[in-house]
Amino acid sequence: MNSNHSITDLAMSYKRKIDREKMRILVCAGTGCVSSGSLKIYEAMKKLLIEKDLYIDIDLNKEEGINVSPSGCHGFCEMGPIVMIMPQKYFYVKVKVEDAEEIVEKASRGEIVERLLYKEPGKGLIHFSYENIPFYSKQKRVVLENCGKINPENIKEYIANGGYSALSKIFELSPEEICQEVITAKLRGRGGGGFPAGEKWFQVYNQKSDIKYVVCNGDEGDPGAFMDRSIMEGDPHRVIEGMIIAGYASGARQGYIYVRAEYPLAVKRLKTAIMQARDFGILGTDILGSNFNFDIKINKGAGAFVCGEGSALTSSIEGNRGMPRTRPPRTSEKGLFGKPTVLNNVETFANVPLIILNGAHWYLKLGTENSPGTKAFALTGNINNTGLIEVPMGTTLREIIYDIGGGIPENKSFKAVQIGGPSGGCLTPEHLDTPLDFDSLDNLGAMIGSGGMVVLDEKTCMVEVARFFMNFTQKESCGKCVPCREGTKVMLNIMEKIVKGQGTIEDISLLEEVAEVVKRGSLCGLGKTAPNPVLTTLQYFRDEYMAHVKYHMCPAGQCEAFKKYRIEDSACKGCGKCAKVCPTGAISGELKKAFMINTESCIKCGACVTACPFNAIKEEA
Amino acid sequence: MSDIKSLNRNFLKVNEIIEAHHSDPSELISILQEVQEEYRYLPEEILNYIAMAVHISPSKVFGVATFYENFSLAPKGKYIIRICDGTACHVRKSTELIVALRKKLGLTENKDTTDDLLFTLQTVSCIGACGLAPAIMINEEVHGKVTPEKAEMILEEIIKRERVNNEQ
Repeated sequence: MNSNHSITDLAMSYKRKIDREKMRILVCAGTGCVSSGSLKIYEAMKKLLIEKDLYIDIDLNKEEGINVSPSGCHGFCEMGPIVMIMPQKYFYVKVKVEDAEEIVEKASRGEIVERLLYKEPGKGLIHFSYENIPFYSKQKRVVLENCGKINPENIKEYIANGGYSALSKIFELSPEEICQEVITAKLRGRGGGGFPAGEKWFQVYNQKSDIKYVVCNGDEGDPGAFMDRSIMEGDPHRVIEGMIIAGYASGARQGYIYVRAEYPLAVKRLKTAIMQARDFGILGTDILGSNFNFDIKINKGAGAFVCGEGSALTSSIEGNRGMPRTRPPRTSEKGLFGKPTVLNNVETFANVPLIILNGAHWYLKLGTENSPGTKAFALTGNINNTGLIEVPMGTTLREIIYDIGGGIPENKSFKAVQIGGPSGGCLTPEHLDTPLDFDSLDNLGAMIGSGGMVVLDEKTCMVEVARFFMNFTQKESCGKCVPCREGTKVMLNIMEKIVKGQGTIEDISLLEEVAEVVKRGSLCGLGKTAPNPVLTTLQYFRDEYMAHVKYHMCPAGQCEAFKKYRIEDSACKGCGKCAKVCPTGAISGELKKAFMINTESCIKCGACVTACPFNAIKEEA
Repeated sequence: MSDIKSLNRNFLKVNEIIEAHHSDPSELISILQEVQEEYRYLPEEILNYIAMAVHISPSKVFGVATFYENFSLAPKGKYIIRICDGTACHVRKSTELIVALRKKLGLTENKDTTDDLLFTLQTVSCIGACGLAPAIMINEEVHGKVTPEKAEMILEEIIKRERVNNEQ
């Protein structure tokens, strides 16, 4: 390809090819739906369409037909496998391979398979179009626009949908102008830090060095987060396009994508995308005839959470242990292989083509003043609609949990949302109406982090949740600096003591003291933010901690140590079955009279509860 | 001696892997990943061999190999079961899965591989399939909304398949 205009020409010709499709059946091929068997459904439908001589795709020479295509994640993983019919927007959920024939049959006649449509739980409302489903109607899918719409394994579909047209625009501008556009758009790093991406690029641009790098952080390690995975799987070209633009703006010629090993599908799709981009002259030398050279290499992580931290990640790409180093110098001055490096995460790069194509002023209209744009969140935990969502910055927690998420299952009440993973904190019912953006969350002691949102209901013990995260960060501490290595261990020990019912009031003040040291003294973000889950739960749920240490009870009734089993005299018939199964001999009594549990020797295994034919054994928190 | 033959064949493979990465020390992690794919673990003599071949000290190779969770210096099972114990899976009762599968395979916290080298059971922090919590991953395949019963069925199927393969 030799001229900047050719992407526009290509887009038009591919668009015409796609327009020959009378109908497009999209089968979700994200990790979630694939695990529920979606690829088998796709293959079955494709076979049927070919048999009927109806099948068409972008590469086939045919007048018209029906296309069936695998697509990126639709986000509504809970309802998978998902099949969507376009342009009618029919949205089929929990599809099985046996349904393939009926879907194809009816689709070819333009009919709908009503039994597969999404029904709103509780209300029984049936939605014909996916746009009316509350899970989607409140979202604004800009970055995830293509996820679920195009075939991520075909570059032509990306181009037909406006892909790489931002790239074809940049060569008319100078690198400074690109940096300035991104600075004006106030694009902030989606990986958690919220640092302005454009400023980072400009810093790298200003470094005097013949070699510079662009690194994409796809090491999405926060438990409860899968936004970046979905973008890499569902729209890999968008990430590549963002990286090339960053390369041009900063003066880098080589890019690296660091993907965690747990995401094999993302690695596969990215590899395919890179090969196709090279074939199209979009990666490699003389990109689109511009004299600009840029290529991308993929590095697979090997399982270390700390590698999400900039300097640890670059150290890992260099083939070393993934340990962070002291800063300054910053990554933008001395990053990968000691060279100036632009390091952003997947979602940040995916925002870039939009800004270049539509302009910073368009972008500024989305979201809040200081956090423009949208944010993808992974909504999980005790919530009706789990999945991947995208909303404008500034959306409230209430809208996310109740409108999009459909509320808490089993009519339980909402207790908290843990946001930002092990570095983040908890938000409570009092924060339901706070607009979520980088700064508002920071003020509340939490952080957007990468965007994992785990909803917790009334039956969740917040002390146990904090212990869970402490255990996580303690295990993942790389051990280089003392405050993190030793401090997280001390904190974890205290948390375990409390959860086991051996904590004291003094432990809580010690916990706060150590937390402060870890927070201030640690070398990298992992350690600096490790105390956050403990500190925010202490801030908002101090009563629960107090109940554990002072009254030896767990208000949520979750902590094993505080559980007590009691035999109800009136219900016990004295059959002795419980005493037989008790592994510690803690149950005693005379036959035909009510039995007793010796709480001292009871290990709370619950075996007696299952064994009792009369439901006489009760569990008490 | 077929053992020596197979060892030679595998050393050839190691050489191939190292050459494909141009004996570049910055490619150490990729080299180790590919070697582990071949052997299912990283045998000590091969770590020493890699150190020599890419001209770095054995201590550096061991340092890297022991830093990352995915590398194992002890033999691993043919099927690696990763039970996700991330936040979303944890609140949807992944602990029950861990207990059930350990019991089923006769494993403990300190013994993660079955004696017949068929299964290795690990817990991982998050496999990013939170929408389908609790999730497990067997080699590269993700299974969602797993109950202890469902997990046992999946394992039974693998065991059956392996038995048939062995008989053939």
